[in-house]
Amino acid sequence: MAHADLLSHESATHTDPQPFVIAGREFRSRLMVGTGKYDSNARMIDAIEASGAEVVTVAVRRVDLDRGKDEGMLHHLDPERYFLLANTAGCYTAAEAIRYARLARAAGFNEWVKLEVIGDQQTLLPDTAGLLAATKTLADEGFKVMAYTNDDLITALRLEEAGAVAVMPLASPIGSGLGMLNPYAIRTIKQRLSVPVIVDAGVGTASDACIVMEQGVDGILMNTGIAAASDPVRMATAMRHAVEAGRLAYLAGRMPRREVAVPSSPSSGMLDT
Amino acid sequence: MTGTAVAERKIALTINGARREIPDAWSLADLLASLELDPRLVVVEHNGTILRDRDSFPRVSLARNDIVEIVHFVGGG
Repeated sequence: MAHADLLSHESATHTDPQPFVIAGREFRSRLMVGTGKYDSNARMIDAIEASGAEVVTVAVRRVDLDRGKDEGMLHHLDPERYFLLANTAGCYTAAEAIRYARLARAAGFNEWVKLEVIGDQQTLLPDTAGLLAATKTLADEGFKVMAYTNDDLITALRLEEAGAVAVMPLASPIGSGLGMLNPYAIRTIKQRLSVPVIVDAGVGTASDACIVMEQGVDGILMNTGIAAASDPVRMATAMRHAVEAGRLAYLAGRMPRREVAVPSSPSSGMLDT
Repeated sequence: MTGTAVAERKIALTINGARREIPDAWSLADLLASLELDPRLVVVEHNGTILRDRDSFPRVSLARNDIVEIVHFVGGG
């Protein structure tokens, strides 16, 4: 095989053949990252760059009129380079989340929203009834709703029916770093939904991300797993590789698990004893 | 704003949850300019209505007891 042929053969078999598409828009990375909790904006930008992410989440908050005017993310993130996905973090009712989504849309970048309706301060678990109501209202208003939800199949199905363009079940609670608590639930949601499934929250380290992607989900959104690492830029690099590795392993199809050993070397051709 | 010989009439309104006094007859654009905020980097809600057209800011007049919310994007997950 000529060298060029070998290269093209490699790129065809070593990469993901399926584009990552949500609501008709193709994204270049299956890893989406948040922008919270960094100790400096410079480090945040370096970590996002290292992660290879295109979709970057931001929150909507009051401008602090008594502080510096450059604390806004738009002073640091280039909206031409990243796809800004506003969240409704901190909202505890559907009405509040809808208001924040509308404010985010008025910023003028896109009509997408990572919808959160939180039900409990201690666990930050979603209020699924409020989430469903807000998804319906916002989808009817033309929003592209990516709904942060529990790892509950029925809620996921209802969110899809309500018009969510992607459903985002948690791996474990926001900021917990506990990894994926229920792989069976995540797999089931992925198998039953038509819209993309993006696991959001709970990924603590690269192996967590890899195992999540091995379930066949379409992508992962994470923030604390990178931002709270001792070296966020290095962890962002690890996460980029882990998401790719997990995706490739899923596509490759893992070997069956067996509870007995099977030799890898021939049992025939052994010398006489 | 200041330094004028003529005493300006002031009105009080609520901006981001705090009472503030501004000169009467200021537009929303005047307010943002006084706060050194770039209108392209913020979103404004005026008495519960989100203003999607930034070009309208110079024509939005502010009145006594108006409620103004000025928000922007910050870091979040």
